[in-house]
Amino acid sequence: MLSKKQLFTRGMFDISPHMLSVIPFGIICGAIGVELGFNPYLVYAMSIIIFGGASQIVFLQLLSGGASSLVAVTSVGIINSRHLLYGAVLSEYLEKLSFIKKLLISYFVVDQGFAESNKFFKKNKDEQYLHYHLIGTGCTMWVCWQIATLSGIVLGSFVPAELGLKFAIPLTFIAIVVQDLKKIDHVIVMITCGLSSLLFFDAPFKSYIIISPVIALFVASLILRLKK
Amino acid sequence: MTWFSIIIAGILTYFMRMTMIALVDRDLLGDKIKAVLEYVPSAVFPAIIFPAIFINDYGTFVEMNDPKIFGAIVAIIVGYFSKNIIATILSGLISYWFLIFVIFS
Repeated sequence: MLSKKQLFTRGMFDISPHMLSVIPFGIICGAIGVELGFNPYLVYAMSIIIFGGASQIVFLQLLSGGASSLVAVTSVGIINSRHLLYGAVLSEYLEKLSFIKKLLISYFVVDQGFAESNKFFKKNKDEQYLHYHLIGTGCTMWVCWQIATLSGIVLGSFVPAELGLKFAIPLTFIAIVVQDLKKIDHVIVMITCGLSSLLFFDAPFKSYIIISPVIALFVASLILRLKK
Repeated sequence: MTWFSIIIAGILTYFMRMTMIALVDRDLLGDKIKAVLEYVPSAVFPAIIFPAIFINDYGTFVEMNDPKIFGAIVAIIVGYFSKNIIATILSGLISYWFLIFVIFS
């Protein structure tokens, strides 16, 4: 049985490689916000209030492009609606926590933290303080995101644009799913999701980001039915 | 007005994060749904990966010889065999840089 501290540290350790892409992306996000002409305090406040990577940039880009606040807010909501799926997966492991702890821990759930903690949870179902792993991944992500966006806001885009570091984001997610390419059912689900996201890319409010997972999960349910 | 929108967007995002963890009783989900949830990472992350590789900043498809496609293929191969996150990210970035700075420059 691992202690709370060990689990927390393990979470920090498991998510830290992703900081290689999260930190440059955070710097870019902060810098773009200021370049688009927004108040620096406002750009930074988003990292605390929304704490949602790409959705923060989309929000500012939409507003600066002349979209209404309603469109910008709706887009953030739709982009981040994938967290409903993460929550549904994580709830299996967080069931026994008190309501207050569930409310607090929810704030820290992000893509990479969900992915790495979920992998750890699946292998260590019997640990008593599992949620400390999720707090570890979430807090690491939070601290790095705050520092990265803040430095982008203060120092400007000191990461040369020519390096194309935005490309590190898909690479981070490739690292997350690449081992599942061993399983044919997962490959089918991934390709379904990927192709749907290209097909629906122009759908309003960036909704491809939730439409394609829904289609892919429908395909997954068909696969499960065939397997029986 | 922008401040107000950010707060609403933040509350909305928090609700997306919190609803399934804190508000919805897990027993409401049937066994079939629980089984499908096993596929969530594979069903969600390609929606972030594919557009970031195949669609450029102007919302149009990239050429088939785009350096990002090559970088992604290298990252998939290295990631598959190394099982290492840092190696996956770096191999993808370095092969991408090799193409844009050495080959296409």
